[in-house]
Amino acid sequence: MSAPRRVAVLKGGRSLERSVSLRSGAQVQDALGGLGHEVIALDVGETFVPELIERDAEVAFVALHGRDGEDGTVQGLLEALAIPYTGSGQAGCMRATDKVLAKLLMREAGIPTPPFHALREDSIKELGAAAALERIKQDIGLPLVVKPAKGGSALGVKFARDAEELPKAMVGAFSYDRTILLERYVRGRDLAVSLLEDPGDSSGSGVMALPIVEAVPREEEFYDYESRYEIGMTTFVCPAELPPETTARAQELAVRVYELLGCHGLARVDLMLERDTEKLWVLETNVVPGMTETSLLPQAADAAGITFEELVERILASAFSR
Amino acid sequence: MGKPSRTGPEGRGTRPAAHELARYEALFATRTKGMKSSAMREMMALTERPDVISLAGGLPDTSTFRAERFAKLMATVAAESTARALQYGPTEGMRITVDSIVEVMAAENTLVDPENVIVTTGGQQVIDLVCKTLIDPGDVIVAEAPTYPGAVPTFSAYQADVEQIDVDDEGMPIDELERTLDRLAAEGRRPKFIYTIPNFQNPAGVTMSLPRRKRLVEVARERELLVLEDNPYGLLRYDGQALPTLYSLDAESLGRAGATDLVIYLGTFSKILSPGVRLGWAVAPRPVLEKLNLGKQGSDLCSSPVTQMFVAAYFGERARGGRPAWEEYVDSLRELYSHRRDVMLESLEEHFGDSARWTTPRGGLFVWATLDERIDTTDLLTLALKSDGVAFVPGRAAYMDGRRGSSSMRLNFAGVPEQDIREGIRRIGRGVREQLGLLGTLTGSPATAPRASGKQGGKASQGPQEPMADVVKLPRREGSRGARRSGDR
Repeated sequence: MSAPRRVAVLKGGRSLERSVSLRSGAQVQDALGGLGHEVIALDVGETFVPELIERDAEVAFVALHGRDGEDGTVQGLLEALAIPYTGSGQAGCMRATDKVLAKLLMREAGIPTPPFHALREDSIKELGAAAALERIKQDIGLPLVVKPAKGGSALGVKFARDAEELPKAMVGAFSYDRTILLERYVRGRDLAVSLLEDPGDSSGSGVMALPIVEAVPREEEFYDYESRYEIGMTTFVCPAELPPETTARAQELAVRVYELLGCHGLARVDLMLERDTEKLWVLETNVVPGMTETSLLPQAADAAGITFEELVERILASAFSR
Repeated sequence: MGKPSRTGPEGRGTRPAAHELARYEALFATRTKGMKSSAMREMMALTERPDVISLAGGLPDTSTFRAERFAKLMATVAAESTARALQYGPTEGMRITVDSIVEVMAAENTLVDPENVIVTTGGQQVIDLVCKTLIDPGDVIVAEAPTYPGAVPTFSAYQADVEQIDVDDEGMPIDELERTLDRLAAEGRRPKFIYTIPNFQNPAGVTMSLPRRKRLVEVARERELLVLEDNPYGLLRYDGQALPTLYSLDAESLGRAGATDLVIYLGTFSKILSPGVRLGWAVAPRPVLEKLNLGKQGSDLCSSPVTQMFVAAYFGERARGGRPAWEEYVDSLRELYSHRRDVMLESLEEHFGDSARWTTPRGGLFVWATLDERIDTTDLLTLALKSDGVAFVPGRAAYMDGRRGSSSMRLNFAGVPEQDIREGIRRIGRGVREQLGLLGTLTGSPATAPRASGKQGGKASQGPQEPMADVVKLPRREGSRGARRSGDR
């Protein structure tokens, strides 16, 4: 076991995922305490940086979801303070969290991601971008998914079944971010591949793909914000019931994405396994995955025989292996 | 902060692994699975920030209750009855509290037999106890649409199947209720009770008319159905005549003053005194009351005697002229809230314009506004919180399925001062106009944006109706509060 450290757990914050983050943080705190570390719980707010300095943290465990935690903001501040921290660095965060950037990079690298077009709200107002909608609809096809470019969980993700539903879906998504994506809807199975830095992996990549978790919505054909964090509305199956070859394909793809975006420590890549074609599509990458009881990464780790405490210890170790 | 360290390979913490949690999940009573941790409630937590004007709360304005008065009452309790206040009390409530309740009910022109009263920990507990007593999973409750958002998680927790009936300006249409009851009967089902908030409903602000009240009581009697009458705001009426409670109508129809056999009345001190005292009551037919009492005993043994003595002391106070002080306080609240209601209605007129409609409550705390159906008020709330610093309750919260009411919102006018009401509505209006403008552009029909009517004159005026593109490009008016800095999102 590693030496005890003074660990600041960064949680809470001011994003729409605050509440989930507080729960993630609490679980992590418990685990760190059980491992013998000294825990400094920081609900990230106005006094974040002064407190960090004052409490003299040795290392920061980032459990802050959404804005500030996933977009490179706190990472930049931690670097300025020369405090090691878990998870992806600034660049990795920015590349992963901006879905538009992530998808463009994946597309360039030949990694399959559903066709999409991005729109900025100001280009609708100032460049007449609405006139491109007809073409966009034809190109992507209906039904389609509208999502904010930045903004995790399923908040703000809208489903437009037909052309009539599209404006409302777009305006809804624009409530969460000034840039949105209109993306082809892939009907299929929702797979989450969790990735964890493997200190013992000498084969080079250093990152290990954990057993795949499949999220099976109970009632909805599409995961909306109401189902995402409701206990009981979704069944999680881990390991997902997939042919081994498909599992391997999905895991390989996830590792490629992780490396392409420059992630570090841990991440979770969400994919769709298309019904009928069995084709895999990468949807998005989450660099601060949830660490609550119902979260996918802990479930996957558990299926790999890694206890929650071991998981936390490994993530903590990633702060020193940059 | 950390637990004592354990060394060695066996030194592991006690945090259960995820699969163990799954094992516990199987043990959790099925009823807890209905308790949804909705992202919307999590969003509501963000409305608590000090820089946000919150029109979201269900709060009355407790700053109107003076500290000296509070201190004096507590001192009286301490001087006269410390031992009693600090001891367990009877489950069904102390006699002195029941006396105060009878007095409040009398002000509502409703005679009650003290024997039929049980004191509860807030009105909320009554809803819980009634469900606990009456509802098995799958049982039917008939409620209004929208309904009190606070009842939704309770009904959900007991796994009730809730039929919601759309209200209009006069509350629940009883013919619609009857059609629903007939349909249920054809399916071999009967509701365990009908849940209604007849006065200045939370959230819709509407009041059930007298003919409908009478008809509801008749229908209940014809079909032997219980009615749960939730009346927190009855005394907070600002215009028109007070209407008789369902409880009194039922008693009257029985020719039996003071007791009914089909209406359970739910009352609370929260809005006429203070929510902090956590004191409410139920008046119910004796057999039902006894079950409620048993349920309560298992729940909390008794409601706080400290609080009960405080309330009794409060009700013992006399104002100038010998009038009960509590009545004077309610008068002052009426005056304050009715003025605030008017301010809100004016502000809505000014800022929400033609594409929205809203209710005009004759009392209570809330206005229910419904926007263009292409706007989702949950999304709008996100925008409003981020850009403008204002909060309201999205309409979905008032529906069991969490999907209807998506373009409505509940606005509380009682809890904040006048200038905050004006400013809060202005801020929401700005967000609405932004979204409508965007919708117009996207649908290629830049039709009339609801204009600010500029009745206020001065800075608030936007002048005559302007073409869409100009409306959305208007420079920010004052301060940086509303300014949208690029990349701010």
